Amino acid sequence: MKLRFIEEKTVNLLMIGATFIVFGFFASIVWTIAKTGFPPLTWEMISELPGGGFYLGKEGGILNAIVGSLMIVSGSTLLGLAISIPIVFYINVYLKKNSRLAYFTRLSFDVLFGIPSIVYGAFAFTIMIYFGLKTSLLGGIIVILLLIIPIFVRSMDEVARSAPKELLDAAYSLGATKLEACKVVIRQIAPGIATATLLSVGRAIGDAAGVLFTAGFTDSIPESLDQPAATLPLSVFFQLSSPIPEVRERAYAAALLLTIIVLVLSISGRLITNRFSKNRII
Amino acid sequence: MKDSVTKRVMQLLTFLSLFIAVVMAVGLHYKSEAILEQNSVWDLLRSSEWSPLNGKYGFWSFIVSSVYVTIIAIIIAFPVSLLTALFLTENARSWVKKAVFPVLDILAGIPSVVYGLWGTLIIVPWIADTLGPHFVDYTSGYTLLAGGIVLSVMIIPLMVSLFVEIFSTVSSDLKDAAKSLGATRWQTSRSIVIRKASPGIIASVVLAVSKAFGETLAVLMVCGNMVGIPHSLFDSAYPLPALIANNYGEMLSLPMYESALMFAALVMFVIILVFNAISRIVLQNVEKRFKL
Repeated sequence: MKLRFIEEKTVNLLMIGATFIVFGFFASIVWTIAKTGFPPLTWEMISELPGGGFYLGKEGGILNAIVGSLMIVSGSTLLGLAISIPIVFYINVYLKKNSRLAYFTRLSFDVLFGIPSIVYGAFAFTIMIYFGLKTSLLGGIIVILLLIIPIFVRSMDEVARSAPKELLDAAYSLGATKLEACKVVIRQIAPGIATATLLSVGRAIGDAAGVLFTAGFTDSIPESLDQPAATLPLSVFFQLSSPIPEVRERAYAAALLLTIIVLVLSISGRLITNRFSKNRII
Repeated sequence: MKDSVTKRVMQLLTFLSLFIAVVMAVGLHYKSEAILEQNSVWDLLRSSEWSPLNGKYGFWSFIVSSVYVTIIAIIIAFPVSLLTALFLTENARSWVKKAVFPVLDILAGIPSVVYGLWGTLIIVPWIADTLGPHFVDYTSGYTLLAGGIVLSVMIIPLMVSLFVEIFSTVSSDLKDAAKSLGATRWQTSRSIVIRKASPGIIASVVLAVSKAFGETLAVLMVCGNMVGIPHSLFDSAYPLPALIANNYGEMLSLPMYESALMFAALVMFVIILVFNAISRIVLQNVEKRFKL
């Protein structure tokens, strides 16, 4: 009789322990990145291009990587929105509720979501060779686009699916066409779009394996789509493999910068979800 | 008129997007045809002889490394995630939940290169100086175990959030019935929640496996990347994604090298596609069955 209470207590302790382990990992990562990243982080690093001998520890910064990452991320996010919003509308407004096609589309985006970025990178690389493209900004945008479309579609779809069907019916009964009904849906999923965007920007900016193949790396800011572009994660990765301590320290600082960006994105994503889920009609 | 045009455009985009996976499979297969003409799939997968200079491409040691790293990650992450998820759904007060979920969110969002950096700064020295000497004479720290640990932290957020979702679909009537019969909380969790959720749990693990299997940069940074089958936790490993990422630069310089690497990508693609499809279908059915 006593045994089950002992069991209960033990498991309770284990559960709390497990939760603490998760917290511990989190604290360790944040602490490590902050401790090693803050001292070498200077204004010069953020605002300057790599100078001569930058990779030997001389002056310069990682502006090339910051701007490169921003270009790739903004390009692919805009294209991603333009492609995935119509898809979300199509499967939620135009298709019937139990449509096979909608089921299959959702499933295939779920599956695509799981495909690792290195495979997307390898695939995009074969396409680029096929068309005779070199590593370039365009290549980076394409591969990140492939990576984030599933995130966009699935997270907006989750919100759109939970929108009440009565709203659509009300719109139709007033004589609205399907296209006009989309406008009703878009108001409902607006916070979903915002969260999805932040989520995919976070994933896009942190991805390294995909752009490794396709965007290349450069010390200058790309001026056109066919020039290679540097990215923050790769800048961390390459500088970290240097034997020179000053260069490695810059990698820590760049990693801190990257982490801060991702943190801000994910926190604001959660805030938006919380704020709007209160106001939503359900 | 405007309505039907937009409908067509949307339809087209949806159909095109469905073909991404097909196009990827065809593209990667097209590229790996060159190597498949000379070697059978079985030879490529089972041979562990890797010397691109002599045109020998055997993937066995990379596949073994990948599998080992993934297994270690799951062994560490599974109990932690399961207990955390149970705690969050069954026991925790709401302020605990409010603290834990953002942490999981952030862990899920941290880029893999940052995990890799953390691994090289914390886990690798720990294995080299503290843990390793108890078991082996010398280890650099860049090992199978380091890869497994870093990967486990990366998949914990995914597993916890999937588990939480599945546990919350278990009907509370069943739980109440168990509790009214005098079951303790853990007895309820064990005999009702876990049992009812087991198909979902397995599917989530499969999903986590495929995520771990494809993770590239973090693993590449801590695994050591020496070609060969690892024989202990303290040997260095060289998983498939790391192989692809490390050699993309020189792959155009040797005959068949590109084809071999694309074959590696194809293998990963197929494995992960199948794993993902199966687990997603199971998960959707689980959700459907329990939802009102």
